Amino acid sequence: MISTLMYYLSFPFVRYAIVVGVLIALCSSLLGVTLVLKRYSFIGDGLSHVAFGAMAVASVLKLADINVLILPVTVISAILLLRTGQNTKVKGDAAIAMLSVSSLAIGYLLMNVFATSANVAGDVCTTLFGSTSILTLDMSEVVMCIVLSIVVILTFIVFYNKIFAVTFDENFAKATGTKTDAYNLLIAVLIAIIIVIGMNLVGSLLISALIIFPALSAMRIINNFKGVVIASAIMSVICALVGMIVSILFSTPVGATIVAADLVLYLITVIIGRKN
Amino acid sequence: MSIIKVNNLSVGYEGKAVATGLNFTVDEGDYLCIIGENGAGKSTLMKTLLHLIKPIEGNLEYMDGLMPYEIGYLPQHTLVQKDFPASVEEIVLSGLLSKSGLRPFYTKNEKEIAARAMNKMDITHLKKKCYRNLSGGQKQRVLLARALCATSKLLVLDEPTTGLDPKVTEEFYKLISDLNSEGLTVIMVSHDMPSAIKYSNKILLVNQTQKFFGKTLDYIDSDARKEFDGDLETVKKVERSVNKEND
Repeated sequence: MISTLMYYLSFPFVRYAIVVGVLIALCSSLLGVTLVLKRYSFIGDGLSHVAFGAMAVASVLKLADINVLILPVTVISAILLLRTGQNTKVKGDAAIAMLSVSSLAIGYLLMNVFATSANVAGDVCTTLFGSTSILTLDMSEVVMCIVLSIVVILTFIVFYNKIFAVTFDENFAKATGTKTDAYNLLIAVLIAIIIVIGMNLVGSLLISALIIFPALSAMRIINNFKGVVIASAIMSVICALVGMIVSILFSTPVGATIVAADLVLYLITVIIGRKN
Repeated sequence: MSIIKVNNLSVGYEGKAVATGLNFTVDEGDYLCIIGENGAGKSTLMKTLLHLIKPIEGNLEYMDGLMPYEIGYLPQHTLVQKDFPASVEEIVLSGLLSKSGLRPFYTKNEKEIAARAMNKMDITHLKKKCYRNLSGGQKQRVLLARALCATSKLLVLDEPTTGLDPKVTEEFYKLISDLNSEGLTVIMVSHDMPSAIKYSNKILLVNQTQKFFGKTLDYIDSDARKEFDGDLETVKKVERSVNKEND
């Protein structure tokens, strides 16, 4: 088995895939804690559907670089969703449900009507669940992924204390003079970026699993914020590595395998958490 | 010397006033209790004082250069905090956030301020403990230590003894009272009438409009109090009869 793995690793595109996968797993886990604690988990889910819709539009328009469209659309939707969260007229969760099913429907509709290839079902499935596409990344996608990941990680480290304060007690932070609106916006933009780069790895339906599972697992067994963030980053990277290796060796779909690994780890932490 | 001056203020949400015609001043060293029935606008007024919502009408002036980041705030517990994995130290340090500006890390000096605040609140031994596992009284001390990191001038508390048992409540009032006698100005929204009268030096009674503002000693003999206590009695009677029916 090791020799098969070594054989695969001798190909540069497999090595790219693993580097990209680890980076995506690392930054998707960072904001998971904030998302879960602020009850924003569904925003991640909603945004990934928006990204799916945007991707469909981009492929119909035959854009050379689809991220030109997906990234801004997702960022703007993230900002709008956060705003409705504070609006009392349309409840946040209803707005998200509305937005996500509409984008899903319109995305599928467009992909079906303006089919760019013979295999529409296959294309849709790939965008939703991710696929072997992680192995067909070209150099420019790898570079974009690395740059965006580094931006996300550095921003998170620089604003770590602010993100903590805004997550724990927004009113206190605001009352004592912190610009909470600006930091909520920052969180939303970071989530949008993470979703767009994460879609390459696991597809749009499974990306929210990549964001929330490591955080939920870490919260089960660790009792301080910094520890939870570090632990969820480590767990996320391990699951991504295990998932990718298993998917290479047994040719399973890469996104689904990673999420399955995350689920197994979560169940293990539930058991450990109970014992303590 | 006055630090807050409120002039014909109306407070509320989205243009709809909850309480109107508020006129009062807060002096340095005051212990002001804001009292009134549920839904009378106390919390809305407090949020306006904290700049969390904008006043609908009238003037709210902070004097003597009191900046927003010099106000300590003890909010009610939120749903988010119930299962929040954070250590006591992390929470207390977050009180210093606005002082650190854009700097990403806390300095040694700031960590010392936090250590002193924890010492004062007698929670140093809980430093590494997780907030969600603390008792109600301990949680309040943690949030109070955080507020003290943010301020040395003005402390605003929102019904701080809700859900605490009588002994812990009494200790908590004592703590606030001590801080007040050290020179910290205190504004407390409260529904605990006996303690409000016992500890405060000024009372503001709000019930859609301002029913009373002045010294606590004057409040005790005022008509406003008789009326308000009468209302409270009626409420209690109704509650009792409802409870009997349920039994």
